[in-house]
Amino acid sequence: MRKLSTVILLALVAGCAKEGGSPQALTADDLAFQKTLQEEFLDAKPGTVIEIPAGLHALDRVLTLRANGVTIRGVGSGKSILSFKNEVSGPEGMLVYANDFTLEHVAIEDSKGDGLKINDGENITIRDVRVEWTGGPKTTNGAYGIYPVRSKNILIEDSAAIGASDAGIYVGQSHNVIVRRNRAEKNVAGIEIENTIGADVYENTATGNTGGILVFNMPNLAQAGESTRVFHNKSLANNLDNFAAKGAAVASVPAGSGVVINSNPKVEIFDNDIADNQTANVIISSYFSTNYYNRPGVDPKYDPYPRAIYVYGNRFHGGGDSPDGVELKALKVSMFGLNGHFPDVLWDGYQDSKNLVNGLPPAAERICVQNGVEVLNADGPDKYSHPKVDTASFQCELPKLAAIELPNS
Amino acid sequence: MNRSRSLPVYGLVLLIAALAVGACAREARPPHFFPNGRPEKLSDWQMVYADGGRLALNTGVVAYDLNTPLFSDYAHKLRTVWMPAGMAAKYDADATFDFPVGTVITKTFYYPLPKGAARSATAVARTYDQSADFVDHVSGTSGLNLSQVHLIETRVLVRREQGWDALPYVWNAAQTEAELSRTGDVMPLELVSDDGSREAFTYVVPNENQCAGCHVVDLKTKTIAPIGPKARHLNREFVYANGSANQLVRWTELGYLTGAPTSATAPRNANWRDTTQPINARARAYLDINCGHCHNPKGPANTTSLDLTVSAPADRHLGMCKPPVAAGRGTGDHFMDIVPGKPDDSILPYRMTSSEPGVMMPEQGRNTTHHEGVALIREWIAEWPGDCIS
Repeated sequence: MRKLSTVILLALVAGCAKEGGSPQALTADDLAFQKTLQEEFLDAKPGTVIEIPAGLHALDRVLTLRANGVTIRGVGSGKSILSFKNEVSGPEGMLVYANDFTLEHVAIEDSKGDGLKINDGENITIRDVRVEWTGGPKTTNGAYGIYPVRSKNILIEDSAAIGASDAGIYVGQSHNVIVRRNRAEKNVAGIEIENTIGADVYENTATGNTGGILVFNMPNLAQAGESTRVFHNKSLANNLDNFAAKGAAVASVPAGSGVVINSNPKVEIFDNDIADNQTANVIISSYFSTNYYNRPGVDPKYDPYPRAIYVYGNRFHGGGDSPDGVELKALKVSMFGLNGHFPDVLWDGYQDSKNLVNGLPPAAERICVQNGVEVLNADGPDKYSHPKVDTASFQCELPKLAAIELPNS
Repeated sequence: MNRSRSLPVYGLVLLIAALAVGACAREARPPHFFPNGRPEKLSDWQMVYADGGRLALNTGVVAYDLNTPLFSDYAHKLRTVWMPAGMAAKYDADATFDFPVGTVITKTFYYPLPKGAARSATAVARTYDQSADFVDHVSGTSGLNLSQVHLIETRVLVRREQGWDALPYVWNAAQTEAELSRTGDVMPLELVSDDGSREAFTYVVPNENQCAGCHVVDLKTKTIAPIGPKARHLNREFVYANGSANQLVRWTELGYLTGAPTSATAPRNANWRDTTQPINARARAYLDINCGHCHNPKGPANTTSLDLTVSAPADRHLGMCKPPVAAGRGTGDHFMDIVPGKPDDSILPYRMTSSEPGVMMPEQGRNTTHHEGVALIREWIAEWPGDCIS
């Protein structure tokens, strides 16, 4: 008997030691909350409303939703907080595979991977949601804050994304999107619209990111994006050092970029306040400038050129005075002097040489910059050897794009 | 946390339980299909159950194995299939067999106990050796020897009228019963190698929605299905109680499968550990079962356009020279998924080597690094000819 109790005692001691070293830091209350919430996610049906009460709720694994027609509602993005600081299984904070989904008045903090990922959903509403990495910008933060992908009819409004190591608000491979009245700060890319068809991005504020608002097309994906309107936004002082891991799509974005268009056709940029972005307030570029192009790795059908880009009626101020990267710095100093600055629009100069007419693309595919705003053609194809400032080549107009209408807006 | 608090008394309870159950052998009820609901106990199904010193398989419950299995933190797995009398699955050369309503598949995750060490609540062996696992040392059909192994969880996939349902059950400390755990579980374990080295890790039992993370076949329809019971995974020998036989042949003989061609003409993935087989076949089989359930044109990772199924063309679709799409920090500062000849420059082995959520691939199902799997993929990439310039 004595022997047996010794064994039990030893086991108890071992058990205590184990517990101290356990990766779980959740309290019993947090664990109980998580279990109940997980069950609500499992049991959700069309019409279910899952309430997130006020408080800081620590969770250690991803919340996954697969039921259509569900609303998840907190009492405010500053009050109902889901914290994934101790996450052991994820990597997302919330992962949604569902249609007719609404998430509102909730914060998602410190997930190991993306904060909120919505994959293959239709009629998605994100309202007053804050996704934040609370330790500030770090390469080890999750990639995307608010991330709908391969989805349709998406409304993201009155939300915030802070500290993402890739893009704060990232809409990928989707259709029919409105992103409005949001705040994006301290991300590598504030707001990024990628391979998406039909997006209106307006009344947002992007500040303190590496790049403010991006419209990109990446190769090899199921759809090429087009038709994005960026208007009534503020893209201010996005000068944060690029902290993305190398190889990530946004790692090529120079710090100090206000609005960046890369390889994406039919983009309209108007009536924005774009200021104090130290590389350039607007950058128009091709996939060739990202340094990711290689023949075996890129679908030959991929179109790497920005076409039909229309920039007009914006209010520019400052910027272009301290570009990121050795080549751009040298270019700025040689053309504009130590105290000079780039013009408001920087174009890398890559264009589809196959369809030029008198040196210009066909009327429907031109880059048009109005209101006397100067464009620097950086002459990327010839290694920046013959850059020039130009306005005349960009004096043109393009048909205006239609407004996006959503069933859920 | 309740779980780990209850663990210290584990040994004693197990001892008592083993004595008690051994004294009066239970009377087995037949396997039971529940067309609805979620039975609270694994034994309600009567597919596999703790019976004295073993985890027994009921009559008609057939154990099976895969040519190359999914890596799950070095856990061993006992897989079983059962169908109601007179029912059979329809063969398919590519997809999961078309199983009839009433089919119940179980997968029990367990570890052998470390050699020469006292039984502990958390220490388990890191080994590929299965010989001590089974009651008769040879056949999975004879059941698991509970004096040699530690049961963690049993996942049930049941084919119901409306489709497959996934139900996770977690074994109790006494190893007498597994209880339904819809929200999964998290438990600290320690892998002990033959040389005595130890690695602590967190074992994660998925919740029901996470089950679908791997088992969803088509993101659009949201249908889920078993992953293993496909021709290319099952087409292999298995040691049954009455001798070795090809699984497709045996399933056909048992009346569990119709329409199968001869095993010689059915597709067959390589055994990733069989070094007599070509490295390409072994690597492709490994990627197929570990990554292909998401990385296929209809799966959740179709957002990346990276296809790691065994039939994907060996070019950018398989990751050759392909720039990542949404890897974030998962790039590890590398620029392409696979750079031929250069595993150190390739994202694939980087993400396989990591066990950190947000970097590691697969995203779930493991919390340790599969060193032997990483070595295989690195060797495969090292031998891959070509470059990313031409």
